[in-house]
Amino acid sequence: MNPLLQVRDVAKSYGTRVGCADVSFDLWPGEVMGIVGESGSGKSTLLACLAGQMAPDRGAVIYDTRDRGPVDTRALSEPERRMLMRTDWALVHQTPRDGLRTGVSAGGNVGERLMAVGARHYGDIRARAVDWLGRVEIAADRVDDPPSAFSGGMQQRLQIARNLVTGPRLVFMDEPTGGLDVSVQARLLDLLRGLVREMGLSAVIVTHDLAVVRLLADRLMVMKGGRVVEAGLTDQVLDDPQHGYTQLLVSSVLQV
Amino acid sequence: MIEVEGLGKRFVLHNQGGTVIEVMAGAHLRVACGECVALTGASGAGKSTLMRMIHGNYRATEGRIIVAGVDVARAEPREIIALRRERLGHVSQFLRVVPRVPAREVVAEPLLALGVGQGEALARAEALMARLNIPRALWSLSPTTFSGGEQQRVNIARGFVHAFPVLLLDEPTASLDPGNREVVLSLIGEAKARGAAILGIFHDAEARARVCDREVDVGAFTPARGAA
Repeated sequence: MNPLLQVRDVAKSYGTRVGCADVSFDLWPGEVMGIVGESGSGKSTLLACLAGQMAPDRGAVIYDTRDRGPVDTRALSEPERRMLMRTDWALVHQTPRDGLRTGVSAGGNVGERLMAVGARHYGDIRARAVDWLGRVEIAADRVDDPPSAFSGGMQQRLQIARNLVTGPRLVFMDEPTGGLDVSVQARLLDLLRGLVREMGLSAVIVTHDLAVVRLLADRLMVMKGGRVVEAGLTDQVLDDPQHGYTQLLVSSVLQV
Repeated sequence: MIEVEGLGKRFVLHNQGGTVIEVMAGAHLRVACGECVALTGASGAGKSTLMRMIHGNYRATEGRIIVAGVDVARAEPREIIALRRERLGHVSQFLRVVPRVPAREVVAEPLLALGVGQGEALARAEALMARLNIPRALWSLSPTTFSGGEQQRVNIARGFVHAFPVLLLDEPTASLDPGNREVVLSLIGEAKARGAAILGIFHDAEARARVCDREVDVGAFTPARGAA
């Protein structure tokens, strides 16, 4: 078995300022990895480099494709990269509006991704869209409503349905529960855990919320100043942090 | 099934002047299949620290921890994840769950993670909850609202729902009434009979005497703390 994603020495600078540097790790099939750090720690820059939204200055992001085996995603042509983004990969944005088309109905948002990979039969597309809306707990009678008529939590669930309908193997998530009410967060966390388990998904989740990674991620990477300061099993990093910065981060969480 | 040798643990508190606390040195123990071993020692002697290191929750500073063939002290995260999913069960004193997930799903989760079908996993979870006298009316509710004793029984059910070959039990009979304590002691007895290796902390001396074959005094592994 190959790692699904091999990240080697990835670096990205903004002029003289370091975005992220010296990041290397392997992600295996079925694993969920959390990346935590404060604002400006480089976690979103790293995610953008991994997900092909931004070209790193250095390093390699090697993905184990279904048909060709491990391929450096930087060497892919633009159409190949776009095809990968539509089929095998998914990117869930922090702000649902960035990942949704507001002028299209909820069902259309989900169906559109299916059409992008060649689905043409209207009845099938609609049936699969309704099925996925049900899985993210959006009632069938809301299929024709536009996302603008949805609450923030529903928009986030719609974005997840749109991303997962094509059966991706790797999901990148940027603060998936940020900006949601805590009651909605819990439901979304449970939904994500179930989907990861049932679909055998691998995921990279960027967040600043340590409680979210504890419940969702198998492994954890802690970033500071663009670099990884500590990595390991999630509960080990949180309960027995080795690096001074991680110790500070963990001891600064307010207890409820 | 569990082999600990030359195990040491040191905490370095970087934000408190780099204070170094030596909590364990030269710890060693073995637990064979079908055997239940109790960790004993005064409060603060390091019983929980040792259990946590065997579970891979605390990092070992030195030494070896072989659990079902894996050296937890050196293993990659994914090896420990697989070990915990398939071979190493753990009943902790704390229940940590996603809020709003029903108790029956919390208990069935270890089976679902192993790929057992939803129907069978829930049926086995419910059978065990019934045996532990968790009221049926609570099965569809989140355990975050349960009493201490009920939460503990949910934790026990989670730990015993799959026949793990190695089990770590942290105070499995604390805060249980006599009836439920009996149920837990028979679950431990049955696990031993099927060949599980069990390491536990039991403050309940009578329970310890009934299910444990040996005791290991963790106080012997506490390093001298100097003049401080």
